[in-house]
Amino acid sequence: MPNMAMEKNPMPSQAPEIRNQNFKEVALGYTPEQAMDEAKRCLQCKNHPCVGGCPVKVYIPEFIREVAQGNFEEAYQIIAKSSALPAVCGRVCPQESQCESKCVRGIKGEPVAIGRLERFAADYHNQNHHELPPKPASNGHKVAIIGSGPSGLTCAGDLAKLGYQVTVYEALHLAGGVLVYGIPEFRLPKAIVQKEIDTLKALGVDIQTNVIIGKTITIDELMTEYGYEAVFIGSGAGLPKFMNIPGENFKGVYSANEFLTRINLMKAYQPGSSTPIQRGKKVAVVGGGNVAMDAARCAKRLGADVSIIYRRTEAELPARREEVEHAMEEGIEFKFLTNPLEIRGDEQGWVTGALCQEMALGEPDASGRRRPVAVEGSEFEIPLDCVIMALGTSPNPLIKSTTQGLETQRWGGIIVEEATGLTSREGVYAGGDAVTGAATVILAMGAGKTAAAAIDEYLRSKS
Amino acid sequence: MNKILRKKILNPTVTLMEVEAPLVAKKAEPGQFIILRVDAEGERIPLTIADFDREKGSVTIIFQVVGASTEKLNHLNEGDLIQDFAGPLGRATHTDGLKKVAVVGGGVGCAIAYPVAKKLHHLGCEVHAIIGFRNKDLAILEEEFAAASTKLLKMSDDGSWGEKGLVTDALRKLLEGGEKYDEVITIGPLVMMKFVCRLTKEFGIKTVASMNPIMIDGTGMCGGCRLTVGGKTQFACVDGPEFDGHEIDFDEAIARSAMYRDAERHAHEETCNLFKGVK
Repeated sequence: MPNMAMEKNPMPSQAPEIRNQNFKEVALGYTPEQAMDEAKRCLQCKNHPCVGGCPVKVYIPEFIREVAQGNFEEAYQIIAKSSALPAVCGRVCPQESQCESKCVRGIKGEPVAIGRLERFAADYHNQNHHELPPKPASNGHKVAIIGSGPSGLTCAGDLAKLGYQVTVYEALHLAGGVLVYGIPEFRLPKAIVQKEIDTLKALGVDIQTNVIIGKTITIDELMTEYGYEAVFIGSGAGLPKFMNIPGENFKGVYSANEFLTRINLMKAYQPGSSTPIQRGKKVAVVGGGNVAMDAARCAKRLGADVSIIYRRTEAELPARREEVEHAMEEGIEFKFLTNPLEIRGDEQGWVTGALCQEMALGEPDASGRRRPVAVEGSEFEIPLDCVIMALGTSPNPLIKSTTQGLETQRWGGIIVEEATGLTSREGVYAGGDAVTGAATVILAMGAGKTAAAAIDEYLRSKS
Repeated sequence: MNKILRKKILNPTVTLMEVEAPLVAKKAEPGQFIILRVDAEGERIPLTIADFDREKGSVTIIFQVVGASTEKLNHLNEGDLIQDFAGPLGRATHTDGLKKVAVVGGGVGCAIAYPVAKKLHHLGCEVHAIIGFRNKDLAILEEEFAAASTKLLKMSDDGSWGEKGLVTDALRKLLEGGEKYDEVITIGPLVMMKFVCRLTKEFGIKTVASMNPIMIDGTGMCGGCRLTVGGKTQFACVDGPEFDGHEIDFDEAIARSAMYRDAERHAHEETCNLFKGVK
């Protein structure tokens, strides 16, 4: 008999007033009993609408059935057939707008907690099974992957399993891309990312760090001198956007990319780290996406009073609901319908505050969201010593400017054929934020998966 | 991991290291930089390429010991390994079509000015090099500059080396004497570059300044290296590091360069204490 409880089993978590002072993971994960109880809420629908909501098509009812029966390792193996990074996806996927949004149980009550169950199965595997997968036999074909973020790692994993000799080139000194420099430890422990990368290495994937494709080596050189038959570009998001308002270059104004990289990649929050970070007392984060929530929660953990400045209302926040709730619980103040006009600073060039303006919602714009309009005469100043701009990014120009014939959108995103990820250059594929602009980990993984299948088909047809 | 092939102390605070880095050497051009981390816990620091040898596969860096990371780097010796060494980053110095150029370097900036002078000289361009140091003990690369220029003017603050005065004094004298340059290229402390640019603006000579701001990734991701050029925000790592000196907001760049000065000083002192027992 299915468990007909209307609500999900709640996720055990660190208490807000404790966790906002440490960088340990917020969510603690289900116990086996909780996982089995939750898994029994799944009705095992024949037409499994949940699978249609998953960009990498995890066999969701099948793995949940195994969890319900206590076969946790079997559950993991089912997920691993489709997903290269189960422990990552279980934590950072926006399940509420993907698999869980299609769950029949969600029509009356809450959907099955698919994400939490995925995480449980992956963590169970990581804790109990330390053997690495065997290296598949080589098929003798070489593929290069640019960038070791979610799209690159997924593409590399899928191709390695098919016997391709895969090299991943990473510009930074550590593999993982946004999973290591962007998403904070308290949402995605770095040991989990490392474990997934170790699994890929066991499959024979070679990871070359400190190589900047477009600078150290060009794509053309990869395909001629280095002998790669296909290339996948998963170079991710790029240059941070600023508002282009006065005062943005005062000391104490960070891009979210810089603030998060100092903390997550360079461990600036740890005593003894050789990378410094400003420990602001009064911090404002401008923006309403997941990155804004991450930056705000990091600043809180560094001891600041933190507010999020967003020009629309709570209903329009692009961040995941769960992230917004976590931020609110942790004591982050939200200043909705507020827009900065100017960052103010002192004579030494340090931030002292932000001049803001109240906004009201007008008619819907092209995105379908109601356009914020300024309220005349509503200017006010907020005293601050640190401002973090979390406004998104525009694609990195290094690859485009050094790869002839690679077509891009006007805003810089690489143009690809949607069904395959093929770019305007033969044998060159792309996916993830380099194509779409800032999006999610799972969409990038989906693109990596699509490209891997297309690369396999392309190279088979060639030989 | 990249091996240190050669280490040479140029003066009490400035060291040269030739580092094995074949991939970087293959592509390096004057004006570009690398990012390195000394050890597994190290911060990422940008250093401009001082020289390179494509056949040998080596890149030379010259650095001043200014903080904890350069202090740690300075403690490595020939044969030791540098944890990470990535590049070449940034755009190369524009040298095409230049017939006569003044290269103005100050302090450790001369280490970066030198490969630019060398390349221009090699291309047949007439190079007037003006290099300045606080005093005789800090002077570096004199012979190298002499070999890479048709005219070399040496300046020191106290007159103990070359002529007493600032590089801007020497440049002004040349310009007032009727010298005409296609371009002035200046590399050194921000304050020096600011005044070089102010001077050349008076004379209407195009001037390029090489910026070396705080950065983390060096590939256009963090935005920490931003500066205002002609009223627009630019990223030194991908748009630079060289910019039109008459358009750079130097006062802002000077303020931004001091962002971590207190943290840096503190870390430097701690590192010094750590090294006390080691030597």
